[in-house]
Order: sequence, then structure tokens, then C-alpha cells
Amino acid sequence: MSGGEGMSDGLHPAVAGSQPYMLADRQGSASRDEPLFESEEGRERLEKILSRYPSKRPALLPLLNYAQERNGWVSGSAMEEIADALELTPAYVHSVATFYTMYNRRPIGRYLVQVCTNISCHLNRGEEVMERFLQETGTRPGETSEDGLFTVMEVECLGACGFATVVQVNDEYVEDVTPEKVPGIVKELRDRAGQGGA
Amino acid sequence: MAYPHRHENETTTLLSRHMGEEKARHLDGWLERGGYEALRKAVDMEPDEITGVVKDSGLRGRGGAGFPTGMKWSFMPGADDDRPHYLCCNADESEPGAFKDREIMRWTPHLLIEGCLIAARAIRAGHVYIYVRGEFFPVIRILNDAVSEAYEAGYIGEDILGSGWSCDLTVHIGAGAYIAGEETGLMSSLEGRRAEPRVKPPFPAQHGIFGQPTTVNNVETLSAVPMILSNGADWYRQWGTEKSPGTKLWCCSGHLNRPGNYELALGAPLRDIIYDVCGGIPDGRDLRAVIPGGSSTAFLTPDELDCETTYEGLKEVGSSLGTASPIVMDESTCLLKAMRRIAHFYAHESCGQCVQCREGTEWVTKILERIEHGEGKMQDIDNLYDLCEQLTGRTICVLADSVVFPLKSSLDKFRDEYEAHILRDTCTAS
Ligand SMILES: Cc1cc2nc3c(=O)[nH]c(=O)nc-3n(C[C@H](O)[C@H](O)[C@H](O)COP(=O)(O)O)c2cc1C
Ligand code: SF4
Ligand code: FES
Repeated sequence: MSGGEGMSDGLHPAVAGSQPYMLADRQGSASRDEPLFESEEGRERLEKILSRYPSKRPALLPLLNYAQERNGWVSGSAMEEIADALELTPAYVHSVATFYTMYNRRPIGRYLVQVCTNISCHLNRGEEVMERFLQETGTRPGETSEDGLFTVMEVECLGACGFATVVQVNDEYVEDVTPEKVPGIVKELRDRAGQGGA
Repeated sequence: MAYPHRHENETTTLLSRHMGEEKARHLDGWLERGGYEALRKAVDMEPDEITGVVKDSGLRGRGGAGFPTGMKWSFMPGADDDRPHYLCCNADESEPGAFKDREIMRWTPHLLIEGCLIAARAIRAGHVYIYVRGEFFPVIRILNDAVSEAYEAGYIGEDILGSGWSCDLTVHIGAGAYIAGEETGLMSSLEGRRAEPRVKPPFPAQHGIFGQPTTVNNVETLSAVPMILSNGADWYRQWGTEKSPGTKLWCCSGHLNRPGNYELALGAPLRDIIYDVCGGIPDGRDLRAVIPGGSSTAFLTPDELDCETTYEGLKEVGSSLGTASPIVMDESTCLLKAMRRIAHFYAHESCGQCVQCREGTEWVTKILERIEHGEGKMQDIDNLYDLCEQLTGRTICVLADSVVFPLKSSLDKFRDEYEAHILRDTCTAS
């Protein structure tokens, strides 16, 4: 997958630059808090996104998505930058950002593990899968493990109910997860991190 | 990953014909499969002519409400209205139980793009926004790659196929909010606001996104349009019934031997879908209950399975087709727990604008939790019925009503489960 270097995504200029690279190239455990629009790439994304809407406000979610893609979370300074770019108040941006569950309001671990426990997954032992992830990573819901590798959360339906239990790890779905499969999944992620991969 | 399941005898593959074929994702492969022929036809047709064909086909919205698609399009202002018109494709797919739009987008993105463009032409839209739920990262990548290819090849953008007609298309990505799937919530979200639904009227066709005429259609609805335009309304009507024509992607989940997506002509009996198409229930267990159309539809009992799975057939038995997403529960299922999990979802996703919904969904969840922990009273059953009343028909959108369908039907049909928990702190599940 291509990283976020300028227009190197190879896509037609009309594609709004909302190709999510999120988390995929995030090396190291701590999430960053880099300015969004100081780099050429950031400014290009901003322009591209703005060009797809008749006014500025509709660019808000795409830009919050971009902030999260860059840094792994949406920081106060990112919100201020976005507010500035869209001529909105930081308070407004904050009130919108907090409405949506996907925006991480704090830095998260390298692997964000989100376990669906909604009805179809509930029927297929989703809660046990969740428990098992907490055990294996030694964390509590929403908290990041001490080694910075894992943040485990419960989520609502991921729209893949026929493949229950569904677990989202960063930007990928892991399907048909049973509690028994959890240790193997966690081990694989630890190994990947050990090799410097995302 | 290969397309999960395809049942040889029962399924009719129109929409899902090319699912599982890696090549169908890319433009050249899609063109080899007859892609964009319907668009070619559409650019030579007048907008109202296209709407007429879709109207005659009887296609109904696949997003849950089943509203006739052609009729919805005809509500849009005509050629004499020079405001910009918009089409929003609802790809927020977040009704628990439903997982069909993701399959369409990840296997046949060009099918959706083609459907969007034809619909845009019919409603005189100059820009299409596909609002995709943010969790679908790989799907969004596939979709954006396809949009890029379609722009390059002149199927989207200026002067489409040399017709002089222009239309843009943008994939807009959400960020986790079930309520953004409600059509006016979607519009709020797209405008860069909290995804709060709006009071209707004004209706989207008059006053939609950016204050302009807008139509919102589901992914599956729009994906059915190209084949209808290519083959005609009568052709499409050979499947399904008079009031529910065509095929539908079924999303089967829960306790099943072969859960997954199946495309079936509308009308197949639910019993056949569960026991034949999906191979029945694991370990030979018995069925306890099924929610036929996604989590916001009413429970059915095992003796209600012979109903016809059409919009009208499921209504007759007091449930609805919804998103055609049966959630199957075997005899080992505690229905109280299942209902508590469903209620929790609606409480979590209420946008909070209406007091009845915000407070009511919380209360329902709390009472169910209390009963589950052995602290319930018989009075709680009456309280739940009262809450059903208060959650019905009094709010800006129907999220509040959505929890009533499973809740009230579970109280009516499985009262013994509630009583066992309250009186004896035991469960009737085996
Ligand atoms: C709470 C709520 C959530 C909804 N979520 C979705 C959804 O995720 N996808 C969808 O297509 N329709 C959803 N709908 C239905 C939409 O409001 C709308 O009816 C539909 O997108 C119209 O498209 P159609 O006519 O093609 O079905 C939802 C409705 C409600 C009340
Ligand atoms: S019914 Fe619930 S979700 Fe719908 S607008 Fe009111 S509070 Fe929001
Ligand atoms: S219920 Fe878990 S993915 Fe839908």
C-alpha cells in the first residue's frame, strides 16, 4: 500500500485524497502529534479535499480523518489547525469530533484492537473474545498496554455479521474469531511489531 | 478471500454474479463483463425516461424502508429547477445483522459507480457523494481505485462518454456513528456537522445537502439499476412478487451452519433460507427465535417461518423485511441477554436530540440489565411496555421506534423468558 507522500497514490486528481492510509505506516508505539498543514503533502490534501465540496464545512470529517491517519489520533492542536483552515471555531470542531466514535481522543497503541460484541457476534461468543484479548494483552478496555503495543476496545456492529466474531485490528478486519484463536492473533501481532512492521 | 458462500440451487445471481472474481474489481475486467453498457444507454436517454423504467420495474429501496425507488426519484425537481441537485449513496451500512453493501463495494465497485451515475442522470444531479462508513478501510481503498479508473476512462467527470453530460463523484468517509445511516443524519454528517437527523418536512428532494435537492439511496438499490436499465422493467419483474419484485442480497448470521450472503428472489420462505440455503443450525440444535430483517425488526418464533419473505409478507406476520438480515438464535440463546445487547446498541447510538429516545433507550437497557442480574420485578415488564409506547412515533427519526420492534415482540412472544429471570433468576434457554 502506498504511503502518504504527495500525489504518489497514483490516483486521478479528482479522487479526494481521502484514501485512508490510517495507521498503516505508523511506526513506533507512541502516536504522533505532527502539524497537519505545514508539509506540502498536508497542504495538497487540504486543497484536494476542499475542491470536492461547494463550501468549507463539509471538509471537516475528511480532514479529521486525515489528522487521525497522520497521527493515529485527533489532538487538540490538530482540531485547531482544522478549525483555522475551515474558518470554524475550535469549539465547533471539538463538538463535531466528539460525536463520532472513531476519532481517538488520546494517543493509542500500535495496534488498535476493536472487538464487535453486537448481536450476531454476541451469539458467537463476542464477549468472550473481548475478555480474552484483554487477558492476553494485559489491558483494560480503552487503555494502552505498557509496551505501547495494544489498545483493546469494544465496538458496535462492524457490518460483517456473517463472519462473527469480527475484530478490527487497525485498518483490517479479522473474521470468524473465537476465544481460542485470540492468543495466536496477539502473538502474531507481537511478532510483527518485533520485526518493525505495522 | 473468496466470496463466502454460494448456494447452487436456490440463489439467483444477478447482483452477486461477479462477486469473488478478483478481475471484476478493475475496469478492464469489468468492461469484459459488460460493465458500463447501461451507462452508455442512459446517457442517450432523457432523465424522466430512466426514472420511468425504474418505476415500472417496481424496485424498492434496499436500505431498510423499502420505498419505491422510481417514485423517490420523481420527487426531485425537474429541468426547470436550475439549482444544483445531488445524489447521496448511503454506504454507512451499520444496521446490526446487515453486511451486504460491503460485499457489493469490495467485489464490484464499478457496479455501484455505474448505478450511481445512472441515478444521477435520472435526478439531474451533478455530483454524487458515496458516504461510506469509516471502518471499511480496505473497501474504501478498492472503491477509490475504481473511481480513479472511471475518471481516467471518462465514465465520470466532464462530458461523460462524449454525451455532453457531466457528473462528479466523491467518496466521503464517515467516522463511526450508526445514526449517520439515517438519511437526514447522513446529510448533516456530510455537511460537516454532528450526524443529527432533521425534522421532515422539508424533504431532501426539496432541501437536502447544502440546502439543495437531494436523493439518498442505498448501495444495493443503486447497484440494481444498471441491470434494470439494460434489460428492462419486465425482465426484472420475473423475480419476486408483484409488490416486491427482483432479487435481494440476504445477510444471514447468528447460529447457522453456513452464514453469509445469498442472493435470492424475493419471496423465498424463511424456513428454506435457514434450513436449506444456510444449512440449518449447528449441532442439530433447535431454533428458538429469528429476527428476520436486521436488529430493528420484530422477533419471529419457529412456527412463523413459513411466511413469504417479501416486504408485504413479513409485514403480515408483524415483522418486516428491513435489510433482509435474519439473525438466527438457537435453543441455547438467552433472549433476555440478546435483547439487552440490542437495546444497549440503540442507547449507545441515540444522537440525544429527542428526550424520549435519549432517556427511553437508556431506561430500557437499564431495566434489562437489572433483570439479567436477577434484580428484576414483575412491574418491570409493564414498565418496558410503557417505554415501548413512549418510544413509538414521537421522535425526529425512527431510531427510537427501531428498538420497540424487537423489544415489544420479545415481550409478547417470549414472556416466559422474562418471567423466569424475574421470578426464579433462571433462564428458559436450554
Ligand atoms: C437509525 C437508522 C439507520 C439507518 N441506517 C442505514 C444504513 O446504514 N444504510 C442505509 O442504506 N440506510 C439506512 N437507513 C435508511 C435510510 O434512512 C434511508 O431510508 C435509505 O438510505 C434510503 O435508501 P433506499 O430508498 O435506497 O433504501 C437508516 C435508517 C434509520 C432510521
Ligand atoms: S429519535 Fe433518537 S436518534 Fe433519532 S433524532 Fe431523536 S434522539 Fe436522535
Ligand atoms: S454484529 Fe458483529 S459485525 Fe455485525
